[in-house]
Amino acid sequence: MEKIQLICIGCPMGCPMTVEMEDGKVLSVTGNTCKRGDIYARKEVTAPTRVVTSTVRIEGSETGAVTVPCKTKSDIPKKDIFNCMQELTGVTVKAPVHIGDVLVENVAGTGVDVIATKDIQ
Amino acid sequence: MVDVVIIGAGVSGCAAARWLSRYRINVLVLDKEEDVCCGTSKANSAIVHAGFDAKNGTLMAELNVRGSEMMEQLSVDLDFAYKRCGSLVLCLDENDRDKLNALYENGVKNGVKDLRIIEREELVGMEPNVSDNAVAALWAPTGAIVCPFGMTLAFAENAAANGVQFRFDTEVKKLERTEKGWKIETNQGTIEAKAVVNAAGVYADLFHNEVCEDKIHITPRRGDYLLLDHTASGFVTHTVFQLPGKFGKGVLVTPTVHDNILAGPTAIDVENREGTNTTAEGLADVMKKAGFSVKNLPTRQTITSFAGLRAHEDGHEFIIRESAEDFFDCAGIESPGLSSAPAIGERVASLMQAKYGWEEKKDFIDKRKGILDPKTLSREEWNKLIEKEPAYGQIICRCESVTEGEILDAIRRPLGAKSLDGVKRRTRAGMGRCQAGFCSPRVMEILSRERKVPLSSITKNGKGSELIVGVAKDVYEEVRHEA
Amino acid sequence: MKHDLIILGGGPAGLAAAITAYDAGLRDILIVERDKELGGILNQCIHSGFGLHTFKEELTGPEYAARFIAGVKERKIPYVLNTMALHVSPEKEVTLMNRTDGVQTVKAEAIVLAMGCRERSRGALNIPGYRPAGIYSAGTAQRLVNIEGFMPGREVVILGSGDIGLIMARRMTLEGAKVKVVAELMPYSGGLKRNIVQCLDDFGIPLKLSHTVVDIRGQKRVEGVTIAAVDEHNKPIPGTEEEYDCDTLLLSCGLIPENELSREMGVSINPVTSGPVVNESLETSVPGVFAAGNVLHVHDLVDFVSEEAGAAGRAAAEYVLAGSVDAERNEIPVKFEGGVRYTVPAKIDPKFVKEAITIRFRVGAVMKNRIVSVWMDGEQVSKKRRQIMAPGEMEEVKLTREQFDAHPDLKELLIRVEEV
Repeated sequence: MEKIQLICIGCPMGCPMTVEMEDGKVLSVTGNTCKRGDIYARKEVTAPTRVVTSTVRIEGSETGAVTVPCKTKSDIPKKDIFNCMQELTGVTVKAPVHIGDVLVENVAGTGVDVIATKDIQ
Repeated sequence: MVDVVIIGAGVSGCAAARWLSRYRINVLVLDKEEDVCCGTSKANSAIVHAGFDAKNGTLMAELNVRGSEMMEQLSVDLDFAYKRCGSLVLCLDENDRDKLNALYENGVKNGVKDLRIIEREELVGMEPNVSDNAVAALWAPTGAIVCPFGMTLAFAENAAANGVQFRFDTEVKKLERTEKGWKIETNQGTIEAKAVVNAAGVYADLFHNEVCEDKIHITPRRGDYLLLDHTASGFVTHTVFQLPGKFGKGVLVTPTVHDNILAGPTAIDVENREGTNTTAEGLADVMKKAGFSVKNLPTRQTITSFAGLRAHEDGHEFIIRESAEDFFDCAGIESPGLSSAPAIGERVASLMQAKYGWEEKKDFIDKRKGILDPKTLSREEWNKLIEKEPAYGQIICRCESVTEGEILDAIRRPLGAKSLDGVKRRTRAGMGRCQAGFCSPRVMEILSRERKVPLSSITKNGKGSELIVGVAKDVYEEVRHEA
Repeated sequence: MKHDLIILGGGPAGLAAAITAYDAGLRDILIVERDKELGGILNQCIHSGFGLHTFKEELTGPEYAARFIAGVKERKIPYVLNTMALHVSPEKEVTLMNRTDGVQTVKAEAIVLAMGCRERSRGALNIPGYRPAGIYSAGTAQRLVNIEGFMPGREVVILGSGDIGLIMARRMTLEGAKVKVVAELMPYSGGLKRNIVQCLDDFGIPLKLSHTVVDIRGQKRVEGVTIAAVDEHNKPIPGTEEEYDCDTLLLSCGLIPENELSREMGVSINPVTSGPVVNESLETSVPGVFAAGNVLHVHDLVDFVSEEAGAAGRAAAEYVLAGSVDAERNEIPVKFEGGVRYTVPAKIDPKFVKEAITIRFRVGAVMKNRIVSVWMDGEQVSKKRRQIMAPGEMEEVKLTREQFDAHPDLKELLIRVEEV
């Protein structure tokens, strides 16, 4: 059996939680004060994910912008964060770009697209 | 071969250059930094001493009084910020009245005009925040405040307009006597000159001792300061000194020409000639001692703290003389060096002229225009200016309301700014309460555009102080190349 | 030149105020923005986490701003960019300047102050040491990285664990820097737990509470900093110094409302918040001048800025549309006890409260298991339990018109925080 210590991110309480696991399955979550802690802990120990935000280069902007901010359209596995960054490196797009435009498809093989988060003329 | 090489582009070197530029000679100013005014001249009390403090009969006293007398007209001719706010020396203990009287007597002997001892009642009327312990004060209406960067730049730019050359990032390595004068080895090659002026500030003893039999010794004496925001403006309206007393020489609290309040300095002897780091103890000392002079100094309004090094020579006297054949010292220039600067320049020039008999220029330019501050214009004039040059309608530094027009002027004029600090000293962009947090990326962009260099080469104050180190994600590029 | 309403600032507060003022019937509105685009600081806050309250989804800063910018554009509310408000007089004459129109004075019936805040600088923190390149406020670094696409440094120490500092720890790490440590003067972080986990723990960045920077090395560029533990008076403890080699020090040590223009026009400032003292309508001590967002008090969530600014915009519109009626005001102060540091608004005239009013406040220390109660003339009118309250989290209580109606001739309004 494996014990994993976690801090809950649900609220400022920051409950210190202990998750007991065996064979990749969660046996118990303790230390949490509410249901949100339990849900967070189970996800965090089995399949932690994050939304990654960054920027890519943009050319031809009327307003002189040199970067366009972007994000993964949904959360991606935590282990793929740096792979995602690696793949954004050297990407240059052409203005105009609109919020939601796909800048990189299926980033780092996660099945998730990276999309623009700002309109750039 | 030039006629004169001046080592050091601080206020003394620039003053010497300005007064030497009256003659039909070639003058070259060298500085190891990237700009004028990078050492002691940029970090000091920014005051013009009336001249009562320096011991009667000394060169310090003579040049202080003379410099102070010259400065007002110079500030008009050369267009730098100067304000005759008057100064007060507080007597904080009845038992110290003798010292106050002695200071008065010394001042009278030095020729300081309009000195008067005032009693507490009058003092409180002039400075309502003065300490409850202040019993009397020496009132010197001729005391003043000045922008030290403004004055140094004015001397330098005026000198340049009269043909003086400046070479920066040029560090003098070695001085060698030749038949005709001096061979000056620098990190940028060798220069020959008929005469050398040593205005090297805290390094002046090194050059002196290299070529002179008699030795001098300069100790860098650090002074820590606190600078308060405009919101503290009016807290004091005169330069407020303390009589030297049981707590040592004391610190001053003064308005600045730009409506800040300045408190300091400490006096801490250090080894490092570049040791301009403040310390917690030093800053605490300033706050404590300022508290002897004034009540409730609003230190919460502090926008920055800094330290400067005074070039303290063991004899505590200005050394301005031909110390070796064709080698003119301008050494030991500590307080009241800033106040004396015009007189120092004048003295160095006249000493040299007496020896070499140079001819005066007929076309000497005795006036200089500083960077136009549009806030000093009428609405109509400002709008005309914007119409002609729209950059004067774009604020870059919000705290100090500095326009792009002023920054462009600072960069484009002769001896123009090359770095953030260079722009700051010329325009005040970045000197306000946010301390360049907002304007630095914008000033960097302007510098990069104007100087046609990549942003990555823009520095805070010269080589080695680059502000950015690369582009985002560049480490991943390296990984990719390696792979 | 004259406008019914001038809004100083085109960030989240200014945009929200413009939209509600318009929707309340005002048409002659001008938003004044000093930057080259609307959206304010949100443009450089490219991380996600905005809008959960307002839009029930997690947006990045630019996306959140875009929704409000769209609202302004749909309504065709006029705005000027690259325009600085140089002065504002007590008579509500605003002096504006830009490259095309020069300097001009515009009279306003009403003004909404929405200038936001600035970061506390190194100087204000009195950190001793050298003054080399490589010391940046977190926000300046954020702009350099996110907008300009540059790296301000490779090896980074961060002082201050507010959310901006934490967010920048992650941003710098992702973009290729090594963040060595985050030091926090207080014994707690002012940042969200989520940010501590996802911005520091995810990348193994240590957080040192009750620590501060006591020295900065390097004459030209930062070469290192010294960090020391502090005692309960926040004084460094000798012997606890640790040296960190780094080329960059980021400062995230608090935000200060930018009220220079407000002061100039005679607006009373609350020394606790450094923002204007406002009444139930978010009106300052100068009639017809309203304030909202970070210029009023520093917020941690932009959603609340938008909500607050919406209320200020409505109130400003009503002020203009009502014409110059000098209604007699009968204000009572909002009293507080039990660790509350301030409230916004600080005073209320009950007869001007609409359907409901939100009173926002902060506490001065981390407190667990508290009851927040509201008392009107000695009678408890509401209470709620809070498992935890922290200085970094803005609190609020809502009071309804009915509650005020039930207490005619109200003399005392009290917010009390007490242990369970």
